[in-house]
Amino acid sequence: MDLTINNENGAAVARLRGEIDHHTAKKLRTELDKYIINFRPPALAMDMSGITFMDSSGIGLILGRSKLLKECGGSLEIRGAQPYIRRVLKLSGIGRIVRIS
Amino acid sequence: MKVINEIKFIMPSLSVNESAARAVVSSFLIQADLTVEELSDIRTAVSEAVTNAVVHGYRGSSGKIELTVKLLEGREIYIRVKDSGCGITDIKQAMEPLFTTAPEEERSGLGFSVMESFTDKLAVRSKPGKGTVVTMRKRLRVHGS
Ligand SMILES: Nc1ncnc2c1ncn2[C@@H]1O[C@H](COP(=O)(O)OP(=O)(O)O)[C@@H](O)[C@H]1O
Ligand SMILES: [Mg+2]
Repeated sequence: MDLTINNENGAAVARLRGEIDHHTAKKLRTELDKYIINFRPPALAMDMSGITFMDSSGIGLILGRSKLLKECGGSLEIRGAQPYIRRVLKLSGIGRIVRIS
Repeated sequence: MKVINEIKFIMPSLSVNESAARAVVSSFLIQADLTVEELSDIRTAVSEAVTNAVVHGYRGSSGKIELTVKLLEGREIYIRVKDSGCGITDIKQAMEPLFTTAPEEERSGLGFSVMESFTDKLAVRSKPGKGTVVTMRKRLRVHGS
């Protein structure tokens, strides 16, 4: 699991690579929250194009970050998810809370 | 059910074994020539069941998780995940979408929903204090169809 967060023209982009499960979500949660609390980005995009696996632990991870961002005055976007990850996203109904592009 | 091939994988309830379980299933199922989607569905369902054993079954404790995968005649996959953890008191409630006993750990309550929609058959047997057995079946696409 690999995470890099960059500020690209004023917008924060978190690039995730690898597999998201209960085991890897813990570390991602800590790193993303550190960034959100320190930088309070008005918008954060999680780029999932490098994610090769995600189960429902990923839904918890996305929801938790979305909530924290909102508390910090920002909003979350999910982009680049592969088809099999989109199926988990769709099943969860998370698209009603977070923008998926 | 006529079994063509089967494996049993026993692991301690360490979260790092969630990915080990997926890897074992993927390797075993190479012989069945699955589509990318079928394999991804099965990997996700197995991951959910094993994670539940780690997170809920052995909450505050540890123990063994037993994963069985069978390739059945007629292109069907059988999966069984067994733990000897705390068990589930109300299975019906546990299987309801969004129900979770660990919201503070960011569990989404969607594990059983994922298992249900990514396989064809899901059965849960559990006894409080004894453990939980989750079995799933998935029919695979027939070649050339
Ligand atoms: N193996 C298990 N042992 C004990 N309890 C379990 C087990 N699997 C599931 N549960 C219970 O069922 C609930 C729902 O499970 P699930 O749908 O996977 O959601 P989540 O894992 O996100 O809580 C869990 O919160 C837990 O209370
Ligand atoms: Mg679960």
